[in-house]
Amino acid sequence: MDFLRPAGWEEALAAKAEHPAAVPIAGGTDLMVEINFDHRRPDHLLDLSRIDELEEWEVGETHVRLGASVPYTRILEQLRTELPGLALASHTVASPQIRNRGSVGGNLGTASPAGDAHPALLAAGAEVEVASVRGTRRIPIDDFYTGVKRNALAPDELIRAVHVKKAAGPQQFSKVGTRNAMVIAVCAFGLALHPDSRTVRTGIGSAAPTPVRAREAEEFLAGALAEGGFWDSGRTIAPSVCTRFAELAAGACDPIDDVRGTAKYRRHAVAVLARRTLGWTWDAYRGRGANGKGTERCA
Amino acid sequence: MTTATDTGQRAGAAHDGVGADALRPDGALKVEGAFAYASDLRWEGMVWGATLRSPHPSARIVRLDTARALKLPGVVAVLTHEDVPGHPRYGMKVADQPVLAADRVRYQGEPVALVAADHPETARRALRLIDIEYEELPALTDPEQAVEGAGPVVHEERVDGQDGNVVRHVRIRHGDMEEARRLADVVAEGVYEVGMQDQAFLGPEAGLAIPGEDGGVDVFVSTQWLHDDQHQMCAALGLPPDKVRLTLSGVGGAFGGREDVSVQIHAAMLALHTGRPVKMSYNREESFFGHVHRHPAKMWFEHGATRDGKIVYVKARLLFDGGAYTSTSQVVIANGSYFAAGAYEVPHAEIDGFSVFTNNPPCGAMRGFGAVQSCYGVESNLDNLARKLGIDPLELRLRNAMTTGTVLPTGQAVDGPAPAAELLRRLHARPLPPEPEARVSGAFSLPGGLNNTTHGESVRRGIGYAIGVKAIGFSGGVDDRSIARVRLSLTGGEPVAEIHTAAAECGQGIVTVQAQIARTELGVERVVVLPADTQVGDAGSSSASRITWMSGGAVQGACKAVREKLTALGEGLLADLLAEHGPVEAEYEYKHRRTHPIDAERGQGDAHIAFAFAAHRAVVEVDTELGLVKVVELATAQDVGKAMNPLAVAGQIEGGSAQGLGLAVMEELQVAEGRVRNPSFTDYLIPTIADMPAVPIDLLELPHPDSPYGLNGVGEPPTLSSTPAIANALRDATGLELARVPVRPDDIAGRG
Repeated sequence: MDFLRPAGWEEALAAKAEHPAAVPIAGGTDLMVEINFDHRRPDHLLDLSRIDELEEWEVGETHVRLGASVPYTRILEQLRTELPGLALASHTVASPQIRNRGSVGGNLGTASPAGDAHPALLAAGAEVEVASVRGTRRIPIDDFYTGVKRNALAPDELIRAVHVKKAAGPQQFSKVGTRNAMVIAVCAFGLALHPDSRTVRTGIGSAAPTPVRAREAEEFLAGALAEGGFWDSGRTIAPSVCTRFAELAAGACDPIDDVRGTAKYRRHAVAVLARRTLGWTWDAYRGRGANGKGTERCA
Repeated sequence: MTTATDTGQRAGAAHDGVGADALRPDGALKVEGAFAYASDLRWEGMVWGATLRSPHPSARIVRLDTARALKLPGVVAVLTHEDVPGHPRYGMKVADQPVLAADRVRYQGEPVALVAADHPETARRALRLIDIEYEELPALTDPEQAVEGAGPVVHEERVDGQDGNVVRHVRIRHGDMEEARRLADVVAEGVYEVGMQDQAFLGPEAGLAIPGEDGGVDVFVSTQWLHDDQHQMCAALGLPPDKVRLTLSGVGGAFGGREDVSVQIHAAMLALHTGRPVKMSYNREESFFGHVHRHPAKMWFEHGATRDGKIVYVKARLLFDGGAYTSTSQVVIANGSYFAAGAYEVPHAEIDGFSVFTNNPPCGAMRGFGAVQSCYGVESNLDNLARKLGIDPLELRLRNAMTTGTVLPTGQAVDGPAPAAELLRRLHARPLPPEPEARVSGAFSLPGGLNNTTHGESVRRGIGYAIGVKAIGFSGGVDDRSIARVRLSLTGGEPVAEIHTAAAECGQGIVTVQAQIARTELGVERVVVLPADTQVGDAGSSSASRITWMSGGAVQGACKAVREKLTALGEGLLADLLAEHGPVEAEYEYKHRRTHPIDAERGQGDAHIAFAFAAHRAVVEVDTELGLVKVVELATAQDVGKAMNPLAVAGQIEGGSAQGLGLAVMEELQVAEGRVRNPSFTDYLIPTIADMPAVPIDLLELPHPDSPYGLNGVGEPPTLSSTPAIANALRDATGLELARVPVRPDDIAGRG
């Protein structure tokens, strides 16, 4: 196994072009487990840890350009305002030690349906900036996940950054696990209200072969909110709307039974999370704070 | 009686003597990552051993060819069953487990061949070059089939001379069940299950074997019982005890999982074969296949009581799945059966305990040793009985609590302190933790914790009590002894005591306690505890909550003998006497009172030396829509006889309570068709700091009449009552039956 250590981004792209099967490694929190157990033995490892710009982020007018290797700890500490959903998701990733090394780039590269960042990225709306010696392109997050642990990267491409839309409204992220911290998701749900475009976006984790959006639920809710003039009035949403939203979210799941939980439970839990996160975000939108007191109707 | 909820130094205790919060010598090193565990062992010129294991729960080995593996550069040896120098099978109680499988494998993970190579990776790769062909056989994986005599026989020929798949049937008959049924106004029945828990010690199995010039071998290993390892190794290696020398290496937790041998025989075989030092060190996944687990259990309980809440009888049937080999199954089921009536006065009892062979992973010792399972069953059914009677569960427990003089179902009268009611009363008197609204809420304070699943919605509180009793030390006629050697000499003009025992320090603090005893008994400041090894006599196992009692008793005895020798030397300052007469040394063998086996027909006999009691009150909050749980508080009260080191006692109680919490809500090795589905810390979950609540401890110190300093065993009792207290609290919160632990989210919510 060769260990490639490019000193800069261009060099990294050249190395990836030369060795398309090389596996990039940054924090190593996922890959090293597979290597230690001899489950995977790539011919080349491509170490990205010397490329400083991957650990930087820029807050722009409408988007945050988040370097692929920015550790989760940085996100949850410093990007709570701009990326509240992703910050909440970052907080649920593994343990503090892993959060100090793990990054969104790694989650995207592995593209596991259980990756904690995915539901938040899907809900916020994002584009993945990928590059190769051939050039740079941006892949909309909706097109990024192509199968179980597969993504839309070409063999010679590396993930450079992810462009996440800055929050224009409340966002939430919830994850169900059998332990109260440091646990792989049994299922997860991300929700973002986008009052600027009067849309709603969602993301579901660990309840389908890939991270998915609950599109029918989003359309239903956006329709209901528009129809009743809720964005302007800020009135409480009827329980029937919350319930329907939750049902449609559960309907977007395509879960399996495994050691972590049953398909039936996952579908049920996604519905509960959808209903609760809707309550919290809507209360926040109405300016009442997500303290649970004003959410009885949805929660 | 004294009580202490703080762990401050007691007045009057010698400096770091008995009763003091002496700090463990390895504490800071462990926190700093500087402590050398067995996995850190290194020796010049050493090679690495690795184990080929069966992927099948039941198969015949059709072909085994090591030629390709031997050709891999760096490989120095590949060994199979043909290379076992001595007896081909080993075992703690019954030698029925092949050192290496010959023609038949009986569980997934059974060792088949060994490799030694100059690099651990080369060794692992060589394993894949061993050509092996299996013919899969039907596996027996259902313990109920096993007990009924259905399905395949796991051992065609049993080395204990018995037939079939029942390892042992323990039959206890006490009183008159016909009469009892007439007296009972109310009957409560329940069927309870316990999943397979793993010890999940943090330091996987490891050891180093160095061939000696005399044809023997020196072995450094993390274990619970050096001399029993030595005994089993001698048989398998065909060597006398003076050629198999063991030294304890750094142990990263044990909890029963290091009672059976793991790398010991294998590493020694490779070392003797190659003439080179051999290191073996399992990784986490292999560790899950490298030691026995807690027996999964199915238990049928029936309690009869009078209308005013006096228990008249208990009828219990316990079925423990022992997996493919005996390990300690026949003793575990005995211990489970002894205490199937719980910490109560029960005049009539009919208890049948079965442990069986299956092709599931072998099960054996784990903290609590069978009594964990039966305590869970009896305490669950007691809440069930309370509901049927319409009596508060705590009140029902108080009305029936065992006292000194209570006659156990095995016919033995409980001697020594038996403060069952007092422990429960103390728990009840403790104020409840504030409700969620009144608490400072943090990420850890609600069900779901950091995962942000509820802001208070659907959170319901429940409270549950449980109490447990178990025997301390070896029971049932075992001739239990422990030896210590103490030497007092001058170093730099100062008296120094050296203690030498084979007591295994597994984290429980025996090293600290031995030094404390020497300080108290000899009045010296400086004490050196020598490494535990087989150059000194047997200490017995660090298990059964016995080592402080037994090795502590031996050290105390040896110190007293040294003192007597000093007295005989005449008057004078200690330093002067030692200067004049030279070092003074004594060896002492400690024995406890005799115990007796129970009889086969009615299970009667004075089998135990002591009984230890602990109780828990669990306060849980459950997100009833998601089935997620936060244990808010896990208060406990325990009688420890004498807290030899209150700080260490608190550590044992918190740790035992945590292990019980794990079994209640998350810890299970999931096995399907004989195959382990979650052999990793990704999916075998143990509690984190976000799951563990505060454990307020109410310590009773009622001196035990027969033990050194009046102490009683501490390590196991907290593991008994913690699990059912939490399960009862979950039932209180949800109104659900929740018959099986661990209780999973989908047992509570989303059930359809």
